[in-house]
Amino acid sequence: MNKDKVKQIVLDIIAEIAPDEDLSDVKPEIRLRDQLDLDSMDFLDIVMELRKQHSIDVPEAEYRQLESLESCGNYLLPKFEATAA
Amino acid sequence: MLQERIVITGIGLTSPLGNDLASFREKLLAGESGVSTFPVRNMGDQPAGVCDFEQTKYQKRKEVRIGTRAGGIGIYCAHEALANAGLSLSEIDPSKVGVYLGITEHGNVETETEVCQLFDHYSEEVKYWSHHHNPRTVANNPAGEITINLGLTGPHYTVGAACAAGNAGIIQGVQMLSLGECDWALAGGVSESIRAYGIFAGFKSQGALAAHEDPTKASRPFDRGRNGIVVSEGGCIYVLERLKDALKRGANIIAEIMGYRINSDGTDYVLPNPERQEQCIRQALDRAEIEASMVDLVSSHATSTPQGDEQECKALRNVFSEETGTLINNTKSFIGHSMGAAGALELAGNIPSFIDGTAHGTINLDDLDPSCALPGLVMNEAKEKKGGINVILNNSFGMLGINSVLILKKFVG
Repeated sequence: MNKDKVKQIVLDIIAEIAPDEDLSDVKPEIRLRDQLDLDSMDFLDIVMELRKQHSIDVPEAEYRQLESLESCGNYLLPKFEATAA
Repeated sequence: MLQERIVITGIGLTSPLGNDLASFREKLLAGESGVSTFPVRNMGDQPAGVCDFEQTKYQKRKEVRIGTRAGGIGIYCAHEALANAGLSLSEIDPSKVGVYLGITEHGNVETETEVCQLFDHYSEEVKYWSHHHNPRTVANNPAGEITINLGLTGPHYTVGAACAAGNAGIIQGVQMLSLGECDWALAGGVSESIRAYGIFAGFKSQGALAAHEDPTKASRPFDRGRNGIVVSEGGCIYVLERLKDALKRGANIIAEIMGYRINSDGTDYVLPNPERQEQCIRQALDRAEIEASMVDLVSSHATSTPQGDEQECKALRNVFSEETGTLINNTKSFIGHSMGAAGALELAGNIPSFIDGTAHGTINLDDLDPSCALPGLVMNEAKEKKGGINVILNNSFGMLGINSVLILKKFVG
């Protein structure tokens, strides 16, 4: 597992929950909400799919770690590594 | 007599026999069944009425994912009804539009799905329960989804009235227009019931679920071989307006509401009560200020259950006779029982008879049950009525003893 793979996993989840969005040019450093039509319920969907598909829990206090693709990669990589270990 | 003259100016529908009134009507006149089969959790393929409208015609894919099937059906029907009425939302005040939808039930589909997923995949851990569950299952959901999709800001809610709900939604719209609560009512009923196995299982346990090797033969009201209900999905929404407003904007007036009545049996959870059904019909006639002989066509409620059909026939026989010359037909024989949509959808299938003067038949009547041999029953083939069809009486009854009757007349300007 590496950060790029984690980012792709997040993008794949977003593709499921926001199927009308064009994800071909998502900027890693820009907040996802500033470049895609995502609301708070959609972020809860991202959290739920991480839990269901990858057994990764994101505590409520840490939801802000998911605000951009880059921050997702940084925050989730250790969790994916821990899950795989 | 109604306090205010209310008319229908638009109809939008989806049914197991088509996704607009013209194709629905064409197949009713041709005697074609719309019943197929649907895979039901834990029960295998069951006879059912399934709709095939294009859900992304009016919804984004994300809306479809987040919303409910009932909401999607409602949104499709609402758009189609507004277009049929020649109304553009950019030209009317969205706060003047009310949405009143009849539902038999709502929330079973989503709740079953969540519970089954939790048991099947997630060891009953509630942290996997969807945050979408509550907005999907609140009782106003189908009506509320319409307002969100269309940006409507007038009142919206559903009317829970078991299988009398389609009529009840329309009646609610009539009343709210009369009270001045809205200028346009989007009123009717919707059903997503085929997607909840509990509905099928409940009818089966009750001995009221249809079974037949040929699904197109499974819904057979008034036939000696009938053995239960074919559960269907569907929706039908009308644009209702005050007559004076419709005339002012030059709307195409499809029909006028003449009278209505809702009453209660006050007797049993599931068994119908023909005395109260008859009373409901007579009170609707009284409100319309007409005699039974003025009714050209009765759209019966009969659901293809052994007892229910017979009980409705008792009520109808006491009101309508050879002398009244009233024709009686049944739309469930074609599309099954579309539950919350049934009253509205069955009425819609008959409304074109104001123009063509023809009552569609009651199909699958191969062996008429003598206890259902009503005078005027239109069996199998469509029948033209001498003098045309000018008044339609629509029956729609439901569990817990709720009866609803709606009377329409051909609009003569």
